[in-house]
Amino acid sequence: MEDKIRSLKMEHITKRFPGVLASDDISLSVEEGEILALVGENGAGKTTLMNILMGIYQQDEGKIFINGEEVRFRGPEDAFKAGLGMVHQQYMLVPNMTVTENVALGYKKAWKPFKLDLAMVRSRVEEISSRYGLSVNPDAYIWQLSVGEQQRVELVKTLCLGARFIILDEPTSALTPQETDELIELLKKMKSELSIIFISHKLNEVKALSDKVVILRHGAVVFSGNTADYSSSEIAALMTGHEIVLPENKEEDMHGGLALSIKDLFVRSDRGFFAVNGLNLDIHEGEIVGLAGVSGNGQKELAEAINGLRKVEKGEIVFFGEHIENKSPNHVIGCGMGYIPEERNVEGIVPAFQIKENFILKDSDDEKFSRLKFLKKKEINSNAEKLRSDFDIRCPGTNTAAGALSGGNIQKVILAREITRAPKFLIAVYPTRGLDMGAIEFIHAELLKKRREGIGILLISEELDEIMNLSDRIAVIYKGAIQKVLHHGEANKKSLGILMAGLDTEEGKND
Amino acid sequence: MTRNFKIAYKIVIILLAILATVLLSSAILLILGADIWRTFYTIVITPLTRVGHLTEVFVRAVPLCIIALGVAVAYRSGIVNIGAEGQMAMGILGFTSVALALPDLPKPILLPFALLAGVVTGGLWGFIPGILKAKLQVSELLSTVMLNYIAAQFYSFCLRVPMLDPVEALSGAGTPQSARLSANVEIGRITGRLHYGIFIAIVLAVLVYFFLWKTSFGYKMRASGSERRAARYGGISVPQYITLAMVISGAFAGLAGGIEIAAVHRRAIEGVTNNYGFSAVVVALFGMLHPFGIIPASFFFALLIYGSTLTPRAVGVPANIVDVMQGLIIIVIVTAQMVLQNSYLEDKVWHWYSQKRGLKEETK
Amino acid sequence: MNIIINILAMTVPFSVALLLASIGEMFNQRSGVFNLGCEGIMAMGAFIGMLIPFSIGGGGAVAAGWNYLGLLLAAVIGALMGLFFGLIVVTFRAPQGIAGIGLQMFGVGTAGTLFRHFVGGTQSIPGLSSNPIPLLSDIPVIGEILFSHNIVVYLAFLFVPVAWYILMKTSWGLEVRAVGTYPRAADSMGINVNRIRYEALALGGALAGLAGAYLSVCQIKMFSDDLIAGRGFIAVALVYFGHWKPVRIMLGALLFSFTQTIQYNVQGLGINIPYEFFVMLPYVVVIVVLAFTSRNQTTSPAALGKPFNREIRT
Repeated sequence: MEDKIRSLKMEHITKRFPGVLASDDISLSVEEGEILALVGENGAGKTTLMNILMGIYQQDEGKIFINGEEVRFRGPEDAFKAGLGMVHQQYMLVPNMTVTENVALGYKKAWKPFKLDLAMVRSRVEEISSRYGLSVNPDAYIWQLSVGEQQRVELVKTLCLGARFIILDEPTSALTPQETDELIELLKKMKSELSIIFISHKLNEVKALSDKVVILRHGAVVFSGNTADYSSSEIAALMTGHEIVLPENKEEDMHGGLALSIKDLFVRSDRGFFAVNGLNLDIHEGEIVGLAGVSGNGQKELAEAINGLRKVEKGEIVFFGEHIENKSPNHVIGCGMGYIPEERNVEGIVPAFQIKENFILKDSDDEKFSRLKFLKKKEINSNAEKLRSDFDIRCPGTNTAAGALSGGNIQKVILAREITRAPKFLIAVYPTRGLDMGAIEFIHAELLKKRREGIGILLISEELDEIMNLSDRIAVIYKGAIQKVLHHGEANKKSLGILMAGLDTEEGKND
Repeated sequence: MTRNFKIAYKIVIILLAILATVLLSSAILLILGADIWRTFYTIVITPLTRVGHLTEVFVRAVPLCIIALGVAVAYRSGIVNIGAEGQMAMGILGFTSVALALPDLPKPILLPFALLAGVVTGGLWGFIPGILKAKLQVSELLSTVMLNYIAAQFYSFCLRVPMLDPVEALSGAGTPQSARLSANVEIGRITGRLHYGIFIAIVLAVLVYFFLWKTSFGYKMRASGSERRAARYGGISVPQYITLAMVISGAFAGLAGGIEIAAVHRRAIEGVTNNYGFSAVVVALFGMLHPFGIIPASFFFALLIYGSTLTPRAVGVPANIVDVMQGLIIIVIVTAQMVLQNSYLEDKVWHWYSQKRGLKEETK
Repeated sequence: MNIIINILAMTVPFSVALLLASIGEMFNQRSGVFNLGCEGIMAMGAFIGMLIPFSIGGGGAVAAGWNYLGLLLAAVIGALMGLFFGLIVVTFRAPQGIAGIGLQMFGVGTAGTLFRHFVGGTQSIPGLSSNPIPLLSDIPVIGEILFSHNIVVYLAFLFVPVAWYILMKTSWGLEVRAVGTYPRAADSMGINVNRIRYEALALGGALAGLAGAYLSVCQIKMFSDDLIAGRGFIAVALVYFGHWKPVRIMLGALLFSFTQTIQYNVQGLGINIPYEFFVMLPYVVVIVVLAFTSRNQTTSPAALGKPFNREIRT
């Protein structure tokens, strides 16, 4: 089976999940030395399709052909044998193992009866990494590596296992713009030896890299053709199905008073090191401050510390003149803080609770919803119905368990609750991650509306477009500290990318 | 997916679960060489045939129901209380010490006071694993089991030394038991050994229902148990509610212990707890952690427990068979729940079924 | 001095049941499964272990071979119960804590039921006799403490480094660690997550069954309903104490069996405290140890207690 993959075809692939048709009669093909971009919105079914190709899921209908012969993969090991490999969006690396051990997991040649031949795996890793110019330290533990390094390990791993056809799932989503450019250059070079399927929803990358493009929407192919023949905006329109122009912040400066002031803040991560490391940031009423940065640079810990969910080791958080560091979450909520958390499914809602119960998560003791600790059923119901229609939450009824909703609707439940509580300030962490364009548009519009009402917003995101569209000021976070704060006009992707990578532009730090 | 299919699917799963329990229990009976049909008849039917039997079933249902209510409050709050056995024993000691110390107080004062002592000691014994879990993340599954063994040793020490019946001490027989308690702490009986404690159990069930679903306390406890991260995010002090839940749970077990002494035994003796603490976990799960499910569930398990005391004589099957069945029932309940929640499986069965029936596929 | 040697000489063999059971539980947990049913498996192992020499050996003069068969069958039953638990928590993905309690009740109940039927009342068996190691057992003090026991004791302690080697140096150990930490990654590498978990449960169950039989065949030399007395739960606690590492688990087992042996030497020590309090002691120690070690467990297998479902997208 060491021969090249001259062609790969998927024909009429159908896959069902409960209530969803994840892949609907999809066909596509890739030839030797080609790069195919698989494009679509979040939830369009790109990853599912590739998981079927890798044997992780079994298709309900349809066939896969390699070099014209039908293949059936019962699991990833069959796909490896056929020469396929995949770099998943969420890296499939065991954090408390070394690079070598991670490769060994799939490198069955080294599996001797009573011993695992790690030396053999190690030399294989070194061979591959020098051949493709992907430098990795085979003895490093995964948890010690940066996101960019982990991606190299993923590539090396895939190549070590003999892949001659590589699938890359959103490979640039966690990279800085510069790292992204490097990756694209690398893939262009590798093209001579390999075929590549490249999943993305970022059209400039698709244009830069791919020969062919296939666009998925709601699990079905809506378009396929040569990339060079179409413009980015044409592809974008096909991807969403209709023209969506995301709202932009073109408002005047509100000159609001100081709302949230963070001084010299230190917060530890779960692993014990200082994830927030001497951070300073001021945010005023009526402005949106976007916090840009590669995820894992202290964003999560910062948001949790402000909301009383994580201990502050040192420093101050002053909220409208009151110190709120190391206060209970309940106290911070009482001060008027609104918070859209990163993990909407397990933190923003109680999944097993009804939608209407989730609306009172922060207010079960408020006199609006209870009297002498007894809940007011009527008010809870009418509140739920009102929010449901105001925020266009698509659900069978407000008695439905919130966890059964789609990601976009869950986010609307959270947004509805947080906004109608009339907060004095709002922290939104990755508010649109994984949502489709319609939901993103809705959430952006709501955030801008709140800004116009004079509310300060801290927007934490890894989507630079989102940050640049919405923010009055952009703060770049790197290793737990603010690299620099830029005004709306002065930021562009390149300058942000340099800052996100920890390099400083021209002059000194913090303006 | 049609509505009828969904209902039929649920019923089939539940029937399969019952079948699995019966088959697995039968396998054990088969090893014993017992008459399977007669064994089940003795356990499930015989106790229903005579009033004398039936009152004994109710006598066992009372502590089961009260403890299971407490277990359900804890379970809903995200903490599994398998320490009710120990909490009940401590409750008995609390109740007995008050009754022994102040035998002459008038009944309307002494009885509530002694029961309160049982509630408090049981609650304290529940507080320990509660606070350990809340503050130090100690697994309550392990700490409550350990506390059961500690309570059992402390219980037999108390009966053997400080609370020992003076008569036993004099006669030298030394059976570890307390003196017979004052008549002022007795709970009256209706018929046979069936006592008025049964009304306490029913009233408590109603109170627990209101507490869990109609008050903000209950709301917060359920939120803590359902998804603790979301509860914490929502400003709910999860450690506080977890501890409170465990205290309530222990207090219920302590109360059950007090009632058991006041109404049934009328002195503290060995073996009062009778594995009720573990059985109550099964009762709570079987009753779907809902007070109105727990009432019939406690009757059903009281039936099994009493019925199994009849099997050694009737069919030569050791009474331990009830432990086998309870273990299997827990396993089958949690498994069946997962199968019922598995929408993927349901979807697959639906497609298989509709293809078989040649129905036109319905896609959303 | 004598009494101390005495206590230590008891500590070593008394720790074996805990040691075997918790090494087994370590394999379970390293693969991501928390098996609270250990107590029930031990009870079944203890019953089967004593039943074979008792019934075949005619209750009296027993050839040692029947004891070994008892130990072997106990391990087999234990492995089967481990696989049964796998069916519940791996295939059906039932919550592991409460399912473990179910398995514990089932195991203890079944052992008690069968015991009453096949044996009846309390019956001692001669059990396995000691095999002092020639020469080594003659060393003063050390010889008595370490080298004057039955063969299972030596094998159990030899198994500690073997367990470490299996876990850290073999491909199966690599799979177990990957499955217990990041099952989705293991799955993407073509490792059958559920199969590995079943295998770990079978191994863990076999060791727990053996541990139970060790109690009834080698240590107490009889069976009773409360023979296991929470040792299965203590074994689970020891895994936390030992941070999922074999050698630390062994040290923990020795520490606990030390507190247990004190109760047998109370008179010799001349302490005048009611014996119930000494029986309580190991359980109190477990709680105290858990209170100190449970918080911020960063070394615990990340996927511990979480069923794996390939098709649920996260």
